[in-house]
Amino acid sequence: MTKIIQFVNKLGQVVLRFLRSAGQLGLFATDTLYHCVTPPFYGKALFRQFIDIGFYSLPVVALTTLFAGMVIALQTYSGFAQLSAEGAVAMVVLVAVTRELAPVMAGLMVAGRIGAAMAAEIGTMRVTEQIDALYTLSTNPFKYLIVPRVVAGVFMLPVLVLIGDVIGIFGGYMIGVSKLDFNASTYLMNTWEYLKPMDIISGLTKAGVFGFIITLLGCYNGFNSEGGAQGVGQATTNAVVSSSILILVFNYIITELFFSI
Amino acid sequence: MVLFQRKKTPQTSKIRLVNVHKAFGRKKVLDGVDLDIRTGESLVIIGGSGTGKSVTLKCILGLLTPDRGHVEIDGHQVSLLPRKEQEQVRSQIGMLFQSGALFDSLSVWENVAFSLLQNKTVDKVTAKQIAIEKLAQVGLNKSIADSYPADLSGGMKKRVGLARAIATNPNVIFFDEPTTGLDPIMSDVINELIVSTVKTLGATALTITHDMNSARKIADRIAMLYEGKIIWIGTVKQLDKTTNPYVRQFVTGCANGPINVEVKAD
Repeated sequence: MTKIIQFVNKLGQVVLRFLRSAGQLGLFATDTLYHCVTPPFYGKALFRQFIDIGFYSLPVVALTTLFAGMVIALQTYSGFAQLSAEGAVAMVVLVAVTRELAPVMAGLMVAGRIGAAMAAEIGTMRVTEQIDALYTLSTNPFKYLIVPRVVAGVFMLPVLVLIGDVIGIFGGYMIGVSKLDFNASTYLMNTWEYLKPMDIISGLTKAGVFGFIITLLGCYNGFNSEGGAQGVGQATTNAVVSSSILILVFNYIITELFFSI
Repeated sequence: MVLFQRKKTPQTSKIRLVNVHKAFGRKKVLDGVDLDIRTGESLVIIGGSGTGKSVTLKCILGLLTPDRGHVEIDGHQVSLLPRKEQEQVRSQIGMLFQSGALFDSLSVWENVAFSLLQNKTVDKVTAKQIAIEKLAQVGLNKSIADSYPADLSGGMKKRVGLARAIATNPNVIFFDEPTTGLDPIMSDVINELIVSTVKTLGATALTITHDMNSARKIADRIAMLYEGKIIWIGTVKQLDKTTNPYVRQFVTGCANGPINVEVKAD
């Protein structure tokens, strides 16, 4: 009996902790959105984040989407060849890259690169009292630290995904033409024929949502980190794990909203 | 020879803490703190580690909200003021953090001129000029203006932190453990800088420390915080004559006495 009570007690604590964290995150997100639309705005800090998130993430996003496109071309060919449907390879690459692979791969890569960096930087600022110092210097940390990162994430992820779309499709084209003996112009024509605005729009919508999730969780975990190096490490891990999970969850939800029959 | 003659302080209250309580979970940190800091005086709060000195400071700064009681600055309860006026009150306050809390990504002069640059009160060239002047006031050469905090020693970081705290000529300055982690000579240099800058600005100063040499040098009055309450307050002269056993034990640094320091593992 005592063991059951202990188990229920522990379970209750976990549920309460989860609910408290969810509530805190909700308040943090609301505060962030409020500060996004009220002055002052820090243009220089925003520009720096655009460069950090957009420009410096480009190589990693380009590489992952390129190889993802290449793999999809190979896999669909080997599968579709058995059904004599090799002609659908271009379409499958297009749909897979624009709807799923580019946004999800870019999201996960940026979560690892940017989400972790944000949590570590803001967490270090928290434990070394730099965030308290901002308050005493009449600067709102939300406006100075959080808003530029979140805004840059929401706007730059779609840009990265758009570039990832092109590179991923190019990866499929490269494999199709060089390895699977497709005619270059036929492959491109097939791709163009099946290109639908909704595929691109759904991918970009996902990218915007993922950008918000990654930057919000990176900032939230860093902002609320406690203790020393261990606390910052924990915040970094939490930021990457929670944003990766939420990216996959929201990927499903957005897909359902766009493409459910 | 007295190096820094302090002017006679008027008796009006600049900062007032009224019955301030603060707890973190079940741990009661402040248990009814009442404190009056007069305009133009330098008050030092002493007390052991974990007695709530930093929490008191954070409550005054508005970084923490008291569970009960309130804090007044210039007769206003800051937490009740509209956001704009709260920011205005805060802009009158300078703060030197224990670790310096310098922004790693900014150069030394950008750290010092941070407020000026963010509030766009002056242009960049003037801000740099002011920063270099403030650095000179704390005994630092302009050659370090373009360095980054990572290139500085502990003492230099404190001085840059002090320069940043006085950059906007505040009328209240807080010092959080200003000499912690410094060698005795550098500690004395920082103490003298604090006394001279507070005097030059005519500011009200609140320092928290457990360094008695520092407290004696900086303070007009000293208050002792113990178990979440101010248990003693008086001048440096009165400190030497007090018979309060808690204060005596703390000042003499004796392990035996009414203050129990837990060293046993649970």
